[in-house]
Amino acid sequence: MSIRILWEFFAAATGTMAFALLFHVPKKYYPFCGLIGGCGWVCYEILLNVCSAPVATFFANTVVVLLSRFFAVRKQCPVTLFLVSGIFPLVPGAGIYWTAYYMVTNELDLAGQRGFQTLKIAVAIVLSILLVFELPQRMFAGKKRAAV
Amino acid sequence: MEKRDNREALDAAALAGDILLASGAEIFRVEETMARIAKAYGVTSSDTFVLSSGIFLTAGSEQEKDFARVRHIPLCAARLDRVAAVNQLSREIVAGKHTPGEARDRLLEIQKMPPKARIHQVLASGVGSACFCFLFGGDWLDSLAALGAGLLLYLYLLYLVKGRLSKIASNISGGALVTLACIMLYQWGIGHHLGEMIIGSIIPLVPGVAFTTAIRDIADEDYIAGAVRMLDALLVTFCIAMGVGVVMIAYHHFVGGLVL
Repeated sequence: MSIRILWEFFAAATGTMAFALLFHVPKKYYPFCGLIGGCGWVCYEILLNVCSAPVATFFANTVVVLLSRFFAVRKQCPVTLFLVSGIFPLVPGAGIYWTAYYMVTNELDLAGQRGFQTLKIAVAIVLSILLVFELPQRMFAGKKRAAV
Repeated sequence: MEKRDNREALDAAALAGDILLASGAEIFRVEETMARIAKAYGVTSSDTFVLSSGIFLTAGSEQEKDFARVRHIPLCAARLDRVAAVNQLSREIVAGKHTPGEARDRLLEIQKMPPKARIHQVLASGVGSACFCFLFGGDWLDSLAALGAGLLLYLYLLYLVKGRLSKIASNISGGALVTLACIMLYQWGIGHHLGEMIIGSIIPLVPGVAFTTAIRDIADEDYIAGAVRMLDALLVTFCIAMGVGVVMIAYHHFVGGLVL
């Protein structure tokens, strides 16, 4: 179990860095993107043992956005750089697929269920982003009081 | 009394806004950066109005000459390197390190920054697909298949499509292509879980930037821009699902649905 989590951390971090490249994030920020993506995924996996997927996504994504804001202030660069690739492991790609799959196989009950679940996960991501961006900037700035 | 001419400074501000908006920055960042640059050069009368597809910048008062600029900016791919570079430059401008002319030259340089080498993008797409396939529960052989499909997807998008197809067409065909590739690999015995393979390989198409930026725009109460970007994200998602669906219907039809 613990070995599996470690592998998943690396997979999530590598995947996140790959997407950072696709969005043309400058090279020097790759490690931070990877770290954020990896942490987000590990939080999600651990939380999935105790709560449903949307709730786990909400808390895991809260961690992702908090870390993104923290690094953005530290490195004095736009938070988008970290956030966009960091949320990728939590984006419900699987939900989109299974919804389409059940629609095609004409199992509309399951399609509706999956589609609604996907929507809930998307809303969880939205809520966590909104929540963390309501926090005042100075919470992240520490002593330096940087303006971003 | 002679009015002050702020043309150079406002040109630089407009160009900065241009680059930011075209590179996928949030509306408030575009507005704030333009206002900051204008203010740093002592322009007090500037006013901006930014939508997801256009910028309006005007200035003029008793003391300052009139200036107006309207730019149309189409939705395009994310270039976060440019966002970071303009952000850095705007800090330097506020710190008083550049004259308006120098700032303009630097901005033109930023605009010409080359994209990442295509081959790197193709590799990143493959590696990303493989990693996400693994995360969603695929085994190593599934990940290998997703790697292949991910590579193929970006080869197709970067070398064959290259902006020749509309966004809708390229996403439907991209989704269809990876599904087809995965089904073929699956039939040849490469990969055990068709679902996980396809999920991994469609991830590079998922509109993460549009989605995130849309949420942030809506949170900043830029509802028009947010709604347009959210529509963009939803449309792309729908197109991917459609591409996947079409190929699966065909597969179902030929194989009789036993294998799925």
